[in-house]
Formats: sequence, structure tokens, C-alpha cells
Amino acid sequence: MSASSAFNDEKGGSSNVGEPEYGHDPASGGIFSSDYKRHDDLKEMLDSNKDSLKLEAMKRIVAMIARGKNASDLFPAVVKNVACKNIEVKKLVYVYLVRYAEEQQDLALLSISTFQRGLKDPNQLIRASALRVLSSIRVTIIVPIMMLAIKEAASDMSPYVRKTAAHAIPKLYSLDPEQKDCLIEVIEKLLADKTTLVAGSVVMAFEEVCPERIDLIHKNYRKLCNLLIDVEEWGQVVIINMLTRYARTQFLNPNMNESLLEEGGGEKAFYGSDNDDDTDDEEDKEEKEKKKTEATAIVKRKPYVMDPDHRLLLRNTKPLLQSRNAAVVMAVAQLYFHLAPKAEVGVIAKALVRLMRSHSEVQYVVLQNVATMSIKRRGMFEPYLKSFYIRSTDPTQIKVLKLEVLTNLANETNISTILREFQTYIKSNDKDFVAATIQAIGRCATNIGEVRDTCLNGLVQLLSNRDELVVAESVVVIKKLLQMQPEQHSDIIKHMAKLTDNIQVPMARASILWLIGEYCEHVPKIAPDVLRKMAKTFTNEEDIVKLQIINLAAKLYLTNSKQTKLLTQYVLNLAKYDQNYDIRDRARFIRQLIVPTDKSGALSKYAKKLFLALKPAPVLESPFKDRDHFQLGSLSHLLNAKAGGYQVLPDWPEAAPDPSVRNVEVPEWTKCSSREKRKEKKADKPFYSDSEGESGPTESADSASDTASGSESGSGSEESGSGSESEESNEESESASEEDEEEEGKKKKKNVEKIKARKPVPESESEPSSGEDVKKSEKKSKPRIGSSESESEEDDDSESESSESEEEESEEESEEETKKKKKTTASKPPSKPPKKENKKEKKEMSLLDFDDFDPAPSPSQVTPLNNFLSSSLVTDLEGLSLTENVLSPTTIVPSGNLKTYELLHRITGEGLSVEYCFSRQPFSPDPHMVAVKIQFTNSATSEAKSLHMEDAKLQSGMRIKEFPEIEVLPAGETVSVVMGIDFCDSTQAANFQLCTHTRKFFVSIQPPVGELMMPIFMTENEFKKEQGQLMGMNEITEKLTLEEKCQGEHAVVQRVTTAANLSRVPCGSDKECRFAGKTVTSGSLVLVSVVTKEDGAAQLTVNCEKMVIGTMLVKDILQALTQ
Amino acid sequence: MINSLFLINPSGEIFLEKHWKSVVSRSVCDYFLEAKEKALEPEDVPPVIHTPHHYLISIYRDKLFFLSVIQTEVPPLFVIEFLHRIAEMIQDYFGECSETVVKDHMVMVYELLEEMLDNGFPLATESNVLKEMIRPPTILRSVVNTLTGTSNVGDTLPTGQLSTIPWRRAGVRYTNNEAYFDVVEEIDAILDQSGTTVFAEIQGVVEACVKLSGMPDLTLSFMNPCLLDDVSFHPCVRYKLWESERVLSFIPPDGNFTLMTYHVNAQNLVAIPVYVKQSISFFECGSDGRLDVTVGPKQTMGKTVEGVMVTVHLPKTILSINLTATQGSYTYDNGTKLLVWDIGKLNPQKLPNLRGSLSLQAGAPKPEENPSLNIDLKIQQLAISGLKVNRLDMFGEKYKPFKGVKYITKAGKFQVRT
Repeated sequence: MSASSAFNDEKGGSSNVGEPEYGHDPASGGIFSSDYKRHDDLKEMLDSNKDSLKLEAMKRIVAMIARGKNASDLFPAVVKNVACKNIEVKKLVYVYLVRYAEEQQDLALLSISTFQRGLKDPNQLIRASALRVLSSIRVTIIVPIMMLAIKEAASDMSPYVRKTAAHAIPKLYSLDPEQKDCLIEVIEKLLADKTTLVAGSVVMAFEEVCPERIDLIHKNYRKLCNLLIDVEEWGQVVIINMLTRYARTQFLNPNMNESLLEEGGGEKAFYGSDNDDDTDDEEDKEEKEKKKTEATAIVKRKPYVMDPDHRLLLRNTKPLLQSRNAAVVMAVAQLYFHLAPKAEVGVIAKALVRLMRSHSEVQYVVLQNVATMSIKRRGMFEPYLKSFYIRSTDPTQIKVLKLEVLTNLANETNISTILREFQTYIKSNDKDFVAATIQAIGRCATNIGEVRDTCLNGLVQLLSNRDELVVAESVVVIKKLLQMQPEQHSDIIKHMAKLTDNIQVPMARASILWLIGEYCEHVPKIAPDVLRKMAKTFTNEEDIVKLQIINLAAKLYLTNSKQTKLLTQYVLNLAKYDQNYDIRDRARFIRQLIVPTDKSGALSKYAKKLFLALKPAPVLESPFKDRDHFQLGSLSHLLNAKAGGYQVLPDWPEAAPDPSVRNVEVPEWTKCSSREKRKEKKADKPFYSDSEGESGPTESADSASDTASGSESGSGSEESGSGSESEESNEESESASEEDEEEEGKKKKKNVEKIKARKPVPESESEPSSGEDVKKSEKKSKPRIGSSESESEEDDDSESESSESEEEESEEESEEETKKKKKTTASKPPSKPPKKENKKEKKEMSLLDFDDFDPAPSPSQVTPLNNFLSSSLVTDLEGLSLTENVLSPTTIVPSGNLKTYELLHRITGEGLSVEYCFSRQPFSPDPHMVAVKIQFTNSATSEAKSLHMEDAKLQSGMRIKEFPEIEVLPAGETVSVVMGIDFCDSTQAANFQLCTHTRKFFVSIQPPVGELMMPIFMTENEFKKEQGQLMGMNEITEKLTLEEKCQGEHAVVQRVTTAANLSRVPCGSDKECRFAGKTVTSGSLVLVSVVTKEDGAAQLTVNCEKMVIGTMLVKDILQALTQ
Repeated sequence: MINSLFLINPSGEIFLEKHWKSVVSRSVCDYFLEAKEKALEPEDVPPVIHTPHHYLISIYRDKLFFLSVIQTEVPPLFVIEFLHRIAEMIQDYFGECSETVVKDHMVMVYELLEEMLDNGFPLATESNVLKEMIRPPTILRSVVNTLTGTSNVGDTLPTGQLSTIPWRRAGVRYTNNEAYFDVVEEIDAILDQSGTTVFAEIQGVVEACVKLSGMPDLTLSFMNPCLLDDVSFHPCVRYKLWESERVLSFIPPDGNFTLMTYHVNAQNLVAIPVYVKQSISFFECGSDGRLDVTVGPKQTMGKTVEGVMVTVHLPKTILSINLTATQGSYTYDNGTKLLVWDIGKLNPQKLPNLRGSLSLQAGAPKPEENPSLNIDLKIQQLAISGLKVNRLDMFGEKYKPFKGVKYITKAGKFQVRT
């Protein structure tokens, strides 16, 4: 009984969704009474005051929903529990509510107030889930409430709630499209959000609500590009797809010049010779010059410069090709396919081939896209040909797609391998697959003339195959191939004529008959005989065959009426009485056309022309041809039909829209220092944006006139004249710097002689390295460059022993001890020891494997203040620095140096004065927060009670971790507490209220930019490498004159570390001080270097991914060093 | 994006449905069931089906169909990848992904699905975040829950949801801190009749089981990272450091996860650990055939080849077989015509051999193609590419963890054409 009722229930659930439920009406009869009873006990449980009973009931109800059974009649009983204290009951009620609210709108309204209350809850999860459920209830009447809730949540301080708000936008939009304008405002606001958590969701909302409002993206474009790598994977997919579309509207086609040249036809050759200029021979130099000018004229007509923002997108998406998520990889692949210069698209092939190892569904989608791509860019996948070989265990649909790709990849060089592979496929037991293989062979044969005969012969052999399907497919393909060159193949036609006796597949028979009819002149003897046989069996043939028999008869009548007149008459007569009226009509029509009678019209004169016209050979082409007008990776592309909501991928614009729309407003002084400089440079050097890292030219403009601050940049400036292009130029510059090194090696020799004893070591070390092959792996060459850099510097600044010996040291660990002794005698001791210690530390780390030591970005090493750390660690460190006398004292900021700021003055605070300082210690509850030490001093006469903070007003993304409440602060006492603030790497103030038991004070803490970072340890080489990666707009250089008191190295270090929470990076040269840190919230690197010269002149360089931070930091450090 | 999800068992019964937007009647599945009827194998069902009002995107996994209903444009891989993530999540929570498991934990699966998507867009897919929201079932906890009335549902926002490392939750504590890494390499190969390699490549994966307290920052380096041609990473791996230094630096998720997958540069020839001598022949006259297969070790780097198994899909026209194996045992299912020969360890002195006669159905023609052999094998303590982990360093925590690396080579899609 129960089983059968369950069965009924299930049926009901599946078919009656949305209809009034029978269970609803008490008079609906006895059959469902058992349901009633059961539901009654559920209701009883829900009404009880025991949470466990309620939970049990809700679980049963949700299980019913999950199975698709109907539980809507329980709505009133369930909705009562919406405010239940038990969180799981509450969640299950939400689930129920969302499922049935649409059907029971009036009752659903009862629950709304609960959610409105929830929206104000201090727990962010509760706020978020209240919004989630509220927005999921599809009841039109609450649209205004939803709108209000979304607006409010969009400025919530919890990014999770804001994310939920972004999710709610499309929900509301689908419920009431009228709200679009209001929603766009919210989207605009959320697009400006700086947290990664929100980015994906809001772009999703953007795509659903207002994908046409591309202008909203401008200001957020760069931010989205930069956040991308940290956004969760699903958001990445959505953002990348959107940015692809955006880029298509805003940038110019990077392959524009190519297509221009291709159109130019003859001019293409000039371009080629232009390229060859590198290897120029003296004799035709003149001629080439002439051509060159012509060629440049073409280029000048439309000089293409890639917008740096375009480059930014390509650069920032590339690492995502390594994602584990196939959808992300595909998204990047399509982005590159649609946006990248031709030469760079190749990188995606490897990643796509990797996806072929994934689940078969993933393979299916990837192969579809590869099939489309391989038509346009065959070369890209050619190296991976074998990855598309077919296994007998592949599902048929995968096999067919792989075949498609293999066919697309076939060319003169690999066709023999492919055909050999096809040969094994033809023997497969999967006949659909065999048929597809035969078609593939046919396509290869049409595309590649050289193998046409081979293919044809192979196919003819298949005609004797035992499987009809195979034969039929071969016939059809052979027919198509023969159409291309019928004269040479009459023997094949003859062979096929014989097959009519055996082949029964209608399509194949029809094809053979058509072929014989079409080329009856090539087989004059056999054709009539075939017609004779066919006439005999006419009545038993399939319709499609009958039509071809009529055609054959007609054609023979026209060419060879003597032999076939009677046969034709006979066939036409048979057809006249056929059951199928198509065939009857055809027969009548043809009779009129070919048999001359008195009445026959004008057409019969042209009968021969009509029937025996030369027919164009069929074009066998891929079904994937031109499918790339759909954005790849999309559903529409897969179906080859526009799916609902598909956004057309626009064509490239003719002229680039104004790129300045993407500029983000930054404070005044930032503007002048970074952005405008960039623009100027861009104007100067047309090739600027082509260079991969933007490093060369930017750098050179600043430093070429002055000291070369590194050989890398030096060589960059050399290259920039000739136009540094993409990665190759990097390699070149690397090699150049190695050459430099060789020279320097010689100079060094001299230096080394001065140092006497150590001479042979650097010599022998440097020589093989300078002689090294340029093509050596990047990994190896990089440290080399690092060292050569320091040498070149040293070169500029005349000889300096310390850097010299440091160079040796980096190469020769074992010599350290002796070196150290020498060092003590050397003139500049401070610059070296830290470096050395670092090195040693690192080595030790790896030897001991795991140590108590923490070299990671913990500032504890540099700021050994006493409150937070395990004191043992500090003493260890201090011990280290004392005994070995290596850790440079200057890297340690004495606590006395910490600047204190006033938070609350004694007067305004009515006796309570509050000061704060940035303690520069890791905030242990949350490493992304800046620790702020707050000191309360009660100078009033009475004690202050319950000191705590409330009501933080924070910019979006910022978070605060309150200090524990101070219960009592007796008069005259002082107490310190620590709170954490995540400033989101901005210098926006954190506002909050400081409360005592009687008063509330509005206060705000604004961090100097230097406090937004924490020190990290780096070796010199790491520093250089990182610095090399943070060039271009991430680098800010300023010249300055050091203040008198501050000309020593020690002073510089002290001032910089006071201004910013950075740690010293060892450096070979005493003319240069380097500092490293990372921002607290996002962990972006902050690198500072100060190069000093004679007379207090100095140059300050700050490299930071966050340009705003960088510029502000420059300002602060400048101030610190000059005042 | 994703409108609804249906779970369907192989016989076509819909046993779970979940809607994230308006309810879509389950009759929409009829289009899918129709396609499923047509397909010979479950894998042959097209992953994307176009119906008049919806698009159906489905995956077949663990003998279940996960069918999602889509109404508007969405990248198909997005949905497919997400469906797989659901299957993985069920596996992760309940130890396996099967119809019974889902039916037993219907409510919890439903709650999880509720958390994973919001309005059809992924909300929380990191297992560590989910596990804080809805705690996985354990016997102890269910006892405690019944006694105390507490629930499996968390009431605060999981820390992972807000942090920049959502894969790891804060406050992990272990008494034994351990980190194990399995380097598993699979050889994909196609050999032709004569035993020459048509195509071979090595795909590897580094599976990690990390149970470390606090926020450890690990660095794993290889002796020969240049072997790795193409890699993909768990999101925790710092890509920049890999690019510049070829080391894996990461703050690991808690528990089991796939750290990286890689592809070994195929330019260096792939060592094929076994060779297969086979002859399968059918006599032109009469309805008979012979099968003779021998497997022997080839390039094994001195290790023992274990778990060798040969699987053959015999032609449909086979009536019966009569074989003898010198080692191991074979099973044959006459319904599916699947012959499985489980050899076990390969002994170089005495090569295992399987031979005997095949009889065809009377009057059936000689099969055109000989069935190909699929080989399975396992070699312990060997990464066939030669990849070696150099060292594992931990920063950020003070304790000393136990560390271990294990290498295994397996056959992937290893096929011998006959």
C-alpha cells in the first residue's frame, strides 16, 4: 500500500508541477488519504516545540522535494518555522520556501519580515543567506523590497554579502525586467569593488542584465585584468569571456598588418625581404633599401601598435592556461584565438591537447573547438597530431571528432602517416566510424592533390568489403572524387558498374547509376547494359534508385538513342505507373523533355544541355569551416546555432576607440608621475607596446641618460632604437648582457689583481659562463645575468671591492670563510654581511630541511619587538646577529622609532587620551591585517569603563578586527591593546567609534603607505629577478639629493625603514641600498632601491605591482630622505 | 546558468532533482532518455542535447548520469566541469559516488547542492568551504547530534570563503603532522601488430595527502623539472614561482588533493615496460579461430611489473572460447564478449601465456578486424619518466612533519592493435 502510494506520489510530482494539487483540496477523494495522514504527522512534528522533531520532519519533506514528490500542501506548516532557532531547520525551511514560494505567493509573504530582520543581522552569513533566500523567492510583489535589500547589501562591509548581492541582481532582473536601470546602477557600483570575491559574480550579473553596456567596463578593465588570477575559477571563465568581447570592441586587430599585406599581394614579398635584412649582403643592400622604404610605406599607411591594455589582457590570462579547470583553460584558449597576434596563438595548443586526457565530455567539447581552430591555424596543432589518434575504446562521437581534426591537420608532409592510421580505422567494428573514416579519406584526397590517386585506389579496394555500409560510403565518396577528374578513371567506373549486381544499399546504387549516367560517354558499352539490368529490377528498387534509373535512361537516350531508345521507353512506362507520384511526375517530365513530339515545347531543344551540363565538382569541406564567427567555447559554437542570450562577438573596429577611457582617476601626484610619463613614451616609440614586458623603452628613457641601473635595462635601451619586439628581444638582451659580461670579465681581471689572492677563482668562473651558449635554458642564464648586472653597475661607479667579492661569493660558497676575513679588512663592511647572512640562512634551511626558523615573510626578524613573538625566536635571532655580527643592525627598526599618532586628544576625550602606532608586527589572527597598537591613557580623575569600539565605517573590502574590550581603566593608568585592520592596500582611513561606558568618540585611523606592507626576506638575485618583472608602469624612479645628515648608508637604511615597513635586501654595492616587502592584504611585492652617487645625488626606484602604492611610497621615501 | 539538475540511473530512473531557478518539469529528461535509448553505450550519449526550449548538458560518471538543464548561452565546459565537481564532492563526502549513497544521504546532498550554486551560478565549490558549512557525516557525529540536538550545519561563514586562499581553512590542528606525495605516471600508448610504438606519451599527476597544522607554506622541488612539458596546477600553486624557478610553492589545502598534473616531453622516447606477443587468427573456412597471447617485461628499470591485466573485446560473432592460461586466470562474459585475463606479477623467467581456440557462431563471416588488447599494469616505486622529487621544504610553521614520496607507474590508455 505504502509503496503504491509512493509511486502515485512520484508521478504526481513529475507531472503536476505548477498545477493546483489534488492533495490541496480536502474533497479530492479517498485515494490520497494515506498521503494525508502522513502529511498530518509531518505537520504535527512541525508544530511541536522540539527542534529535533522539526528537523526530522523537514528532512523528510526535503527528501520528498529532492525525489520530485509534491509537498506543497505543507506550506503553511513549514513557513511558520522560518524563524526557527535551529540553523539546520532554518536552512531546510529556506530550501522549501524557495521551491514552493512561486506557487503559494500569499503565504510566502508571511516569511518576508524574517528575512528583512536577517538582513540586519551582525553575522555576515545570516545577512547573506537572508538576501539569498529573499531574492530567490519569485514573488513579484516583493520586488521593491528586493531592490532595497540589494542596494543595501551592495555597500555591505562584508565582501561575501556583496557577492550575494551580485548574485541577486540577475534573479531580480528575471523577475522584473523593469528594474533594469536601477540594477545597472548597482552593477556599476559593484564593478568598482576591489575584492576578488565579488568580481566574478558581478561580471556574471553584468552579462545577464546589461551585456551591451560595455562602457561600464572601461574604468574597471585594468583592475579586472589584474585581479583575474586571484578570482575563483568560475568567475574567471565569465570574466575572460566578457573581456574577449570587450577587447574586440576596444582594440585593433593585431593581425591587421598581415591581412593588409596579404591583400597587397605583391607587396608581401617586400615585407619578406625586409625581414631578411638581418642577414644583409652588401651587394643588394641598395636594392633592399629601396624595397624597405616601400615596405615601410605600407606599414606607415596603418602602423599597428598594440594597446598596452590589450597586451595586459593577453599577459594576465596566459598563466591561467595552467588551470586545473577545463573551462578556464578553454576560456583563455578562445581569448587567445580571438585576440592574440597570430604568432602568439600557438601557446594554447598544448593546453588544449592536455584537456584531451580529461573526461570524455570535456574531450567532446574541446575537440569541437580544436576542429574549428585547426581549420584557421593548422600549424598550431600539427606537432600534436598523434594526440588525436583514435583508440578502439573511444566513444564514437569522440572518434568522429578526432577524425575531423586529423583531416584538418593533413597536409603534404604528414598525409602518408595519416592515411596509414586511417587504414587501421577502416577495419574497425564500429561501422559508423568506418563510414566517417571513408569520408575523411575523401576529404584528404580532395584537399591534397598528390594523394588523390592513392586514396581513390584505396577506396576502390574497399568496394570489395564485406560490409555493405562500408561499400556504400566508399561509392559515395568515390563518386565525389571522380567528379573532379572523370577522364582518367573509366576503369574505376567500369568496376563500379559491376558492383550493381551486389550492392544493395540504395544510396550506393543510386550513386553508381548517377555516375554511369554522368560519364556514359566514357563507358559507352557498359552503360546500356547497366540500364538493361536496372530496367529488369526497376519495380523492386527503392525510390531514390528509381529516380536515378530514370536519369540514367534519359542521359543514355540523349547520347546513345540507337541502343537505348526502347529501354528508355520501357523504364519511363514503368515509372509512369509507379506508386510514388514523385517518380510518376519525373517520368512524365522527362518524357516531355527528351522524346521529341509535335507538342514538345522549346525546352526539348536544350535537353542535352540540361542533362549533360558539366557539373561542378563537389567541394568536400569541413562542417567546422567558418564556425569561428561564434565565440569559441560557447554553447552556440558547439551547436552551430545561436543560443538564447548569446552575445555576438563583434568584429574588430576600424579605428581604435579612445584608450583613455580606461584610465582610472588617481590622486593628482600619481598622475603626473606615472601615467603621463607612460604616454609620452608611447608617443616616442611606436614599437613600445609590442615588447613583451614594456620594460625596455620605459626603463631606457629614464635611465639611459643617467647611470644604467642594470645591464638589463642598459641593453634594453640599446635595443629600443631598433625596436625591441616580443620575447626574442628579451633573449637578445640577455645575450647582450652576457657579452657585456665578457667585457667586464676583462675589466674585472684588473680589479681582481688588486685583490691578489682570490684572483683565479672569479676568472675561471666567469670565462666558461661568458662563453656559454646563449641558448642555454633560461633558468641557468638568469642568475648569470643577475651577477652581470651588479658588475656593470660597479663598472659605472669605478671599482668597488665589495661587489667584486660578492660576485665571487655567489659563485663559490666554499670560499666564504676566507672571504669573510678579507671583508673585515675591506673598507665597507656593512653592505656585505647582511647579504652573506642571508645566503647562509638559506643554505642552512635547505640542509636542515625544517628548522625552527622562519625566513618567510615574517617581519619578526627585522623588528624584534617583544610583545607578540615567541620570545625564544627573538633571542635566537638576536643571538645570531650578535654573535656572528652579520645581521645588519640597520635593518632592525628600534621600537623607539615607531611613530605614534594621536587618535583622541585628552581634552576632547574628556580625560581619556588615545594614541596609536603601527607596531609592525604580524597580526596573528589574520595575516592580512595591519596590526595597530592603541594606547589608552586615562588622565581623568575617575576610572573609565568598558572601553571598546563599535560601528566601523569602512571602505569596501576593508575589515577590522576589534581589540578586546577593556573593562576598567583606572584613573592615571595606561593600557595598550592591539587591533587589526585590513586596509585593502589603500590609505583610506578606517573610521569607527571608540566607546566608553558614557561617551562615544568618532575616530579614524589612516595609515601612511609605508605601513601597508610587511618586510620579506629576499636574496639579491631574487630581488633582481622580481625587479625585472616589475618594470614599465610598475616602476617609478625619482632623482633626489640626499640631505646632508643622511648621506651615509646607515642613515639611508634607517630613514627608509622608518618610512616604510620594509626589510633590507643584501646588496653587493655599498652605493645601493635595497629593500623588499609585500603589501599586507594582497601580498604584492614592494621593492625599493636607493642608488647613491657623489655629492648626495641619489636615485630612488620603487617597483610595485600596485601603482598607487608605488607612487605614494616614492613620495614618502623622498620626503624621508630629503628632510 | 544552470537551471536544474537531475540524477538519473542507468535504467533511466530520475532519483534526484534540484532546481535553482523556476522549476523545470522532469519531462524535459525525455529528450535525454530518448538519446540514451539510441546510444549503444552510455558513453555514446551526446553530452549536449538541444531541445525546443532548453539545452541539456550531461555527464556520465560512476554509472550515473548527471543531467543539467540550461536555458541560455553558457560555455558548455563550464557546466561539464561543474557537474564533475558535484560528483567529486559526493565522492569526497560519502566515500563513493553511487545511486545508493545519494539516496541514503538525500537531504545532505540536497543541502550541498543548495550551497554549491546560487541562481545557477557556482557559489562554493571548494570542499574545505563546503565542509565547514555542512559537515560530512561520521558515526560519532551522528550519535552526538541525536543526543545533543546540534546539527551538521555551520552557522558562521567559513573562513575560506573570504580569504585569498579559499582552499584552506584556518585553525587546522593535527597531532601527527604528515605530508605525503604520490607521483603517479600513466603511459598512454598505441602499439601496432608488430609491437612498434605508434604513439606513446606519459601523463603524470602528483597527488598529495597533507595533514599539517596551521598555515604551512610548502615548497616542493624536482631533481629534473625540465622533463615536465606541460603542467596544470591546483589553484594553490604559485604560478610565478614555477615559471621562474621551477619549484612548486604552495599553501596546501587540508587533506587529499591533486597538486599538479603534467605531461612529459614526448621527444625523449617513452620506455614501454612490457611487450606483447599475440596472434589472433580466424580460419577462413569453418568457424574457428585461435588466440595466443604472451606478455613479457621489456624496459622495467629493474622493477617488477605487477597487476598485469589484459582486456579484450572479442568480436560479437564469437560463440564460445576455450583457453588455458599458464599464469593467472581469465574470465569471459559471453554477453558483453569481454575477455579479461588477470595475470598479476610478471615473472621474467616464466612468461605468462594465454592460448586456446575461439569458436564462431555457425555461418558467421570471419571478423574483419582482430580485437585490440588493452593492457593494465602497475610498477611500484618507479616513475617511468625518471622524474624525481628533490625535496620538500616547509616554511611558516615550526614543527617537523613526516614526509613521504611514493612513485607509481601505471598503464593509462595502453592499447595493442592486432
